[in-house]
Amino acid sequence: MAIDSGAPKESFRLSMLLYDTRYRSITIQIFALFMLMLGAAWLVDNTVRNLAALGKDFSFDFLWNTSGYDISQRPLEYDSTSTHSRAAIVGLLNTLILAVMACATATVIGVVAGVLRLSNNWIVAKLMTVYIETFRNVPVLIWIIVTSAVMSESMPAPRDFRGEDATASMQLFDSIAITNRGVYVPSPLFERGLPDLTLGSLALSLNAIAFLVVVIASIWINRRLVANATRVQNETGVRPRTWWKSLLILFVPAIALLVALGFHLEYPELRGFNFSGGIQMRNSLIAMWIGLSIYTAAFIAEIVRAGIMAISKGQTEAAFALGLQPGRTMRLVILPQALRVIVPPLISQYLNITKNTSLGLAVGYMDLRSTLGGITINQTGRELEGMLLMMLIYLAISLLISGVMNYYNNRVKLKER
Amino acid sequence: MSDTHAQTVPYVRDTMLSPQDPPSSQVGVTKWMRENLFDGWVSAVLTVLAVAAIGYAIVHLYPWFANSVWNADSLTQCREILDGATGACWAVIRVNWLQLIFGFYPPDLYWRPVLLFVLLFVAIAPILFPSVPRKVLWFSALYPFLAVWLLWGGSLWTILAVLAGFVIGYLVMVGTHKMGAVVSVGLTILVPVAYWYFLAGPLASGINSVVPIEVTPVASRDFGGFMISVVIGVAGIALSLPLGILLALGRQSNMLLIKWMSVIFIEFVRGVPLITLLFTASLLLNYFLPPGTNFDLILRVIIMVTLFATAYMAEVIRGGLAALPRGQYEAADALGLDYWKAQRLIIMPQALKISIPGIVNTFIGLFKDTTLVVFIGILDPIGRASAIRATSDWQGVYWELFIFIGAVFWIFCFGMSRYSMHLERRLKTDHR
Repeated sequence: MAIDSGAPKESFRLSMLLYDTRYRSITIQIFALFMLMLGAAWLVDNTVRNLAALGKDFSFDFLWNTSGYDISQRPLEYDSTSTHSRAAIVGLLNTLILAVMACATATVIGVVAGVLRLSNNWIVAKLMTVYIETFRNVPVLIWIIVTSAVMSESMPAPRDFRGEDATASMQLFDSIAITNRGVYVPSPLFERGLPDLTLGSLALSLNAIAFLVVVIASIWINRRLVANATRVQNETGVRPRTWWKSLLILFVPAIALLVALGFHLEYPELRGFNFSGGIQMRNSLIAMWIGLSIYTAAFIAEIVRAGIMAISKGQTEAAFALGLQPGRTMRLVILPQALRVIVPPLISQYLNITKNTSLGLAVGYMDLRSTLGGITINQTGRELEGMLLMMLIYLAISLLISGVMNYYNNRVKLKER
Repeated sequence: MSDTHAQTVPYVRDTMLSPQDPPSSQVGVTKWMRENLFDGWVSAVLTVLAVAAIGYAIVHLYPWFANSVWNADSLTQCREILDGATGACWAVIRVNWLQLIFGFYPPDLYWRPVLLFVLLFVAIAPILFPSVPRKVLWFSALYPFLAVWLLWGGSLWTILAVLAGFVIGYLVMVGTHKMGAVVSVGLTILVPVAYWYFLAGPLASGINSVVPIEVTPVASRDFGGFMISVVIGVAGIALSLPLGILLALGRQSNMLLIKWMSVIFIEFVRGVPLITLLFTASLLLNYFLPPGTNFDLILRVIIMVTLFATAYMAEVIRGGLAALPRGQYEAADALGLDYWKAQRLIIMPQALKISIPGIVNTFIGLFKDTTLVVFIGILDPIGRASAIRATSDWQGVYWELFIFIGAVFWIFCFGMSRYSMHLERRLKTDHR
């Protein structure tokens, strides 16, 4: 009797590399790798030959040379004798400042508009629809340039604020001046402030650090307090009143610190032909900030609306059936589920804002693209190195933000079985 | 008892009362307003605020629109006509609208882009609406070649020679069909490429010297205005969808190397701003190409915009692929379909349907992003607007220009989003 030994054993033939699905994928991959390396070699070879023809080398030494140009908005100490690398850092900080400001306002406007679009109020819902559809369907660059044009062409000049019969006046109890040279807002000052901490060429304000530490500590203590209240509620069924303790913990230490440091506001004042004192927010920053905020807010509004609509009505009804009040229903049942839908696209909008800050070029905002990717490249002729470095920085920021998003997604993922 | 009762009741109604009208607060406008405008005090406050905002806007905007000036040569003249009143100076659009639309395209050749724009709707009609006869698809396939020829001008034979390459490729594919998939695919790619590289150029110039069929050539730097936005936008849209599908399949592939190449490409392109890619196209591409090569700036921009949109498209389609139940893949395998047939007949029709909103959003984003080409010196509408604002005649004009540009973009983008909603409804097969 012959014993069936399964499939007949085939010896390996060369044609199996093409026609046998077991081997074909390997063949294709090796072929793809070969083509990829060929392409990369071609590019590198071209680059080397082009650089040689232009008499250039590939080096990042230019970063340590004197930049020789000024930056109007300086979060760090910087002047034209600083290095190109410092200019790049100042630009990066400007990018981040703008991105954070725009993210914050876009979120606020977007959430309000998204919720209002869902409201039962007909006229408000229609108004929000008009807002969202208008702003979503027009390029962000137009909004930025329009804001910039409005700021510089139809706002009063500083000299209009002068004299008895001034044609312009300051807003909000004489604290904010909106002029065609920018918006002047009060700046925080400390009478008995701590000295600045100097780390190499970097000066850090100890006042701000102390304030930040106190605020974070208060928030942490408050969270412990709430957690404790929850524990007591779980054990005894009665939730202790904590709201006044929370208020005390959150606000008293911070206010005490501010009083101790002698906190006061310095208001902008008209001196000569311009305002002095306070913080000047330049037109470029204002235009970028408003333009990016109102444009992205329209997208965020749609995200918020979709998130709330994604939660089925049964959830609300079930919560009511359990006897939860409307506020708690929102906080304990709807929001946790809606946030799971809202947050990932929201973070990708933040990513878009960060990338769109590179449009600062249109209004002369000195962001990373305008410093490292603009003037530095033009002055040193190092297009290749400068663009590469700039792309890597943008890529790092993007990957960081998507990393945060992935972490969040994994944490709130539905535990499906 | 009952007797007395019957006698003490003087009147018993024997007909039904006609129903009373509902209270005035429950009918018509009042009811609608109570429910939709004044439902609780929060709603009432919001309504009052909204009406106040609309009223404020109308009071301030009405005179501006009502006093519009349409005939003037400069802003100063506009202001003289207005004589102190507020009013829009639409004359700036009236004077410059041809430039805003065509850039510096030669005025006597305006008929070419206009004709193409009209034909564009014919070409996309069979793709958008199933009721259009299928034969029009042949025209859609030829449209890109016609567009390139008419926009840039030059010899018709160049375009036909390029087109012939595709025909050759098709013939080779049919001819080598029996020789096995790998040989067939390899030859189908190799033969046309070799033809384009060695034969197409001499062939075209040869025929052209015998039978010249030419239209006036137009240089790329003369392109501008909305024309350039539409050219880049349409080319990017048409190319990014198929490439995005391939890239999404690459990312979903079992082959590790292909997968990682797709992932790296997608994440890199999505991680950097489009503007850096555009600058790469204008500044760096000369480094990466063989010394002495120099090719058209508009073509470079189209390539970069397409690559950018492709990465986003791939992610959108990957979402659609991931949303398909695993059973669909298994059913396709069980039917004995090979990979490409399964993708074409089972997977893609469903995955693409799921991702329609995302795909159209990517298209809209791409079209809006065409405005960024202004940064590398292409005079798109925004570039033209800046140039107009820089002239001494129109210095200080901005609302009118940007309202016009914004309105045109709005019409395109809003139209696309409405079409996507229509498409979603048409393709809806579930019964919810």
